[in-house]
Amino acid sequence: MTKRPIRFYQVGSFAVGNRLLSEGDRTVQSDPSRTNSIDSGHRACQGCGEALGARYALDAAMRATNNQLVAVNATGCLEVFSTPYPETSWRIAWLHSLFGNAPAVATGVAAALRVKGHTEVRVVSQGGDGGTVDIGFGSLSGMFERNDDVLYICYDNEGYMNTGVQRSGATPPAARTATTDVVGPQPGNAFGQGKDLARIAMAHDLAYVATATVADLHDLEAKVERAMQFRGARYLHVLVPCPLGWGTASSETIHVARLAKETGMFPVFEAEFGVVTSVSKIRHPTPVEEYLKVQKRFAHLFGKNPRPEMVAHLQELANRNIERYGLLDRAEPASGVVSGEEPA
Amino acid sequence: MNKRPFAITLDVGTSRSNHTGSWRVERPTYVDRLPPCNNACPAGENIQGWLYEAESGAYESAWRALVEENPFPAIMGRICFHPCESACNRAQVDEAVGINAVERFLGDYAIEQGWRLPAAGPASGRRVLVVGAGPAGLSATYHLRRRGHHVRLVDSAPQLGGMMRYGIPAYRLPRRVLDAEIDRVIDMGVEVVLNHNVADIEAERSSGHFDALFLAVGAQLGKRVNIPAGDSAKILDAVSYLRDVADENPPLLGRRVVVYGGGDTAMDAARTARRLGATEAVVVYRRNQDKMPAHGEEYEQALGEGVTMRWLSTINRVDADKIVIEKMRLNAEGYPESTGDYEELGADAVVLALGQDTDLSLLARAADVEVHDGSVQVAQDLMTNGRGVFAGGDAVPAERTATVAVGHGKKAARGIDAFVRGVAADVTPKHELADFAHLNTWYYSDAERTQRPELERIRRQDNFDEVVLGLTERNALFEARRCMSCGNCFECDNCFGVCPDNAVIKLGDGTYDINLDYCKGCGVCARECPCGAIEMVPERI
Amino acid sequence: MLRQIEGSRAVAETVALCRPEVVCAYPISPQTHIIEAVGVMVKEGRLSPCEFINVESEFAAMSVAIGASATGARAYTATASQGLLYMMEAVYNAAGLGLPIVMTLANRAIGAPINIWNDHSDAMAVRDSGWIQLFAETNQEAADLHVQAFRLAEELSVPVMVCMDGFILTHAVEGVDLLDQATVDAFLPPYDPRQVLDPANPVSIGAMVGPEAFMEVRYLAHLRQLDALHRIPAIAEEFFETTGRRSGGLVRPYRTEGADTIVVAMGSVLGTIKDAVDIRREAGEKIGVVGITSFRPFPSLEVREALRHATQIVVLEKAFSIGHGGVLATDVAMALQGTPCVIREVVAGLGGRPITRQSLVKLFYRASQGELGSLLFLDLEHDVVDREVSRMRATRRSGPSAENVLRDLGATRGEGALS
Repeated sequence: MTKRPIRFYQVGSFAVGNRLLSEGDRTVQSDPSRTNSIDSGHRACQGCGEALGARYALDAAMRATNNQLVAVNATGCLEVFSTPYPETSWRIAWLHSLFGNAPAVATGVAAALRVKGHTEVRVVSQGGDGGTVDIGFGSLSGMFERNDDVLYICYDNEGYMNTGVQRSGATPPAARTATTDVVGPQPGNAFGQGKDLARIAMAHDLAYVATATVADLHDLEAKVERAMQFRGARYLHVLVPCPLGWGTASSETIHVARLAKETGMFPVFEAEFGVVTSVSKIRHPTPVEEYLKVQKRFAHLFGKNPRPEMVAHLQELANRNIERYGLLDRAEPASGVVSGEEPA
Repeated sequence: MNKRPFAITLDVGTSRSNHTGSWRVERPTYVDRLPPCNNACPAGENIQGWLYEAESGAYESAWRALVEENPFPAIMGRICFHPCESACNRAQVDEAVGINAVERFLGDYAIEQGWRLPAAGPASGRRVLVVGAGPAGLSATYHLRRRGHHVRLVDSAPQLGGMMRYGIPAYRLPRRVLDAEIDRVIDMGVEVVLNHNVADIEAERSSGHFDALFLAVGAQLGKRVNIPAGDSAKILDAVSYLRDVADENPPLLGRRVVVYGGGDTAMDAARTARRLGATEAVVVYRRNQDKMPAHGEEYEQALGEGVTMRWLSTINRVDADKIVIEKMRLNAEGYPESTGDYEELGADAVVLALGQDTDLSLLARAADVEVHDGSVQVAQDLMTNGRGVFAGGDAVPAERTATVAVGHGKKAARGIDAFVRGVAADVTPKHELADFAHLNTWYYSDAERTQRPELERIRRQDNFDEVVLGLTERNALFEARRCMSCGNCFECDNCFGVCPDNAVIKLGDGTYDINLDYCKGCGVCARECPCGAIEMVPERI
Repeated sequence: MLRQIEGSRAVAETVALCRPEVVCAYPISPQTHIIEAVGVMVKEGRLSPCEFINVESEFAAMSVAIGASATGARAYTATASQGLLYMMEAVYNAAGLGLPIVMTLANRAIGAPINIWNDHSDAMAVRDSGWIQLFAETNQEAADLHVQAFRLAEELSVPVMVCMDGFILTHAVEGVDLLDQATVDAFLPPYDPRQVLDPANPVSIGAMVGPEAFMEVRYLAHLRQLDALHRIPAIAEEFFETTGRRSGGLVRPYRTEGADTIVVAMGSVLGTIKDAVDIRREAGEKIGVVGITSFRPFPSLEVREALRHATQIVVLEKAFSIGHGGVLATDVAMALQGTPCVIREVVAGLGGRPITRQSLVKLFYRASQGELGSLLFLDLEHDVVDREVSRMRATRRSGPSAENVLRDLGATRGEGALS
């Protein structure tokens, strides 16, 4: 995307829309006629990051494909809260098969579309982090490797939330889950484990791999749009905080996602053909402590028996991200800056 | 017909029958909070409101919103000390919005475009005498005319404007600007009586059959102190000095001028002396810079023009070509004390800028109007103890600035209106203050580095008129758009976008509504509202 | 056109005539030759349009087929044994979603111990999945059944598994009369899906169904299989009218007229059984055989009708439910409730153990003499079993039975034991 620098401060790049922006520079979400891929009445918890992230991504994909989109969904929160018989909240063509096979099902969908000549219809496959980095990983890697024409979107809430908050391969170190309880000498999830799926996806030499959060809508939408400019397998990893699993107030969903990015805990970047092409710079460098402290799943690191060495270890991990992706390089403009209207 | 499998395959949109609003324990409610700029504006301007219009380039709407409260944007844009900017929340992000600069732009633009003030209201049949045609009197006149009351505006001077004309030097307030904005008020239909000294308000009131009076006589008497002086010592007061300059009859002060005092008037006097040929203009002040009452900008500009300062000094004696000053020191309470240490300073004239008093001789027969410590005592609505006699501006206890006076004029007009119609003044309670904690400043984007210096340069222009209009407009627009719209929705669509339940309705007219059928009360909209215009209110369960 | 051809090849050629649009392939013996052959045809362009997808697992194979079928494409795959188990979750899912996928199952034993040879354990493992399971007796029937399978699947929106014995059929070269394209096209209309992922007409497929409707969903799936009991013979009849060949159907009686003993079996073993029956008939024994082509749905009425005049039923099957006994026998017993028929379960041919005509003739003779017990394992090496059993009794830790049995067998045959 070509981004012209913004010419004014008030709205700029980060709000959903603004009367001062030209229609084309507003987000899809600001459009009253957006698809609302997930309709009202879904049963997600208050402040669900996944419900939000999925609507953001799919509405953008709908716009990018001129509404020629079908979606395949892995089992998980997103599926359960959206389609309890007799109600569905999906407004798009949607298929759910199993927990671990969404990428393969999407391969089949894409193959069917190709064989029938409906190449204008694009396929999104989506799942939570469990369905993506764990149980669906083999299937995902197969889809990547075959370079099937599927955009896979992982809504990462860092655990098995649907089953009651258990650890996944995307759960961060030290986090409390029901299967990494805060007991014993090393409370919470172990250090030195976990799967960095965006980098694994890059290792498949995909045309496009990106990460995003629900905290920067412009960035997320731009990435969906960019992803849709490619054919073949593509991967988008979206951080979607879970108020239940993370122990945050329902109102803090976007805020905590922002902190994840601003602390470097969750690097936001994009890569084409295995090479990082852009990163979202940290606007306000923030110690990880500020990110951790707002989440009850990290409460055992503070309070009566604080574990400063574990906080320091997490800070090291954030620093590694900052260094690896150059998140603090201030030479370039902050990502997410979109064009602004020149005053007449 | 429907060959789809039972239960496994569902029709889109069916979840809308599940009203998740029943989960809610708090509901988001759109509110208007009081922006700190509005709160701080002595003239009661809806600054956020007119900046909002200006942001979209709707300058006439912006100007009209502005003159709802204050008919003198071009004047205020030059002489107001803008407490709005001191209160601006943006100062905590980077630096305050240059509200004053935008106001000046709008005011000048309006003059250039020839925009007229709103027409006077339908004649009410009530008559009001306004004594004093300074900022308070003119402002009251404007607001009274808008309410349809007849106004007789009297002033002892030959021209309208009061201290705006006779106290503020022309380099700060060009006379064409002053005239243009005053003329617009007079054009609303005002009975103007100049060169008329009101000696007795009661007599004046009954002879003119006035239903109410507004005393806005200002503080025109320069304070004098007794300083031992030689016969040929040249001592004069700053108010008279500036008035004579304004009357184009400047007194000759010589090469070396000493101004005694530390307020804005002292700065004006010193800067004026420099402009009239003084090679040395020294301000002597008995305390230090921290304690100086002059506004920073005035002081900076004075220094920039070659005015020098003598801090912690009092004048003990004035002679024809020199003065004796005594060095002072501040005691523990911050008051100056003598040191007994003296010094001589060459001086051809001394201008006393030690404050002003109000000439209240016109109240001699108005026994019920209470005067205390040289100021007229007024109630909340600016009515004195005298029935129907209101007072404002420098004559009442308040900060003595033109902006305060303009605010008084508006307030008094409101009080007078209620009084003459025999109703209680409409007092709308102020909204809750939109303080910084209510904001989510993440959404306000950063300024481009390349733009900021340019903006700074423009903002510091001494003479706004010299700036090319196009560039001025661009920068004014840029500046207006820096407004964070504290406490008031600016249609950023955030609430509409961030709701996980699609429960925010974009009505299309710039407003939003909450669909309570689906709102689960998560509070994300309120949390992510950049300007704090959504409040979570507990449901009564 | 009659050709001397490998069974796998015959199936591949016939599948290609059915114009599958998406074929997913993952290698596992003994179905590999089928999928290889289809792959060649797609790559050559003989089968077009068709997407041939090399997937990373059988789980993916069935998943790809699910996605393709749900998007309105005719989908096909093939598997066996472990592969079927690995895709089992998706097997159930395809049936639950009512997707008319056709899959060849080259029947093979399930490990451990790992074994690549034929039996019916794999098919039995997914018996309750909701798939229609048709068993081929010959390569000709295996080929023909695929045409019928697509027709049936798409008429009913139910997936169909064509079961053919691994190696015995898949790798056997024999004469098969392959259909021509025009015939198949006339018999098998293009796929008109019941539901399809379509942006122009969006629906949500695969909803979560709770206690309030799950029973009904399952019951409706059952009703569809009952429908299949009518459609399977009707389609077989139509196939006969088109091709002049009797393939498919529900049950296939052979020399059951006046039989006291009737043997029931599925798959290729029926050929050997028929030979043995012929021999016993010549010896004057009143014995016949009923082959079951449709295992799911199970044609209880037809089975009962075919068997009810006999006094003794011998169910010979290549699978059994460990700890219980015959699987097919249980179904036959259910079908014969209230009749005086005596049922003898015979488990045979597990893991590729040859079922010889000689063994069968001996078995049927013993049956005629009333010597069969209720459950019998044909040609079981009792010596070996007994030795292992006694060893197991001696110590609770006797090592893995499989290795012990092999060691014993080696010793018995004078070969070296496994080290």
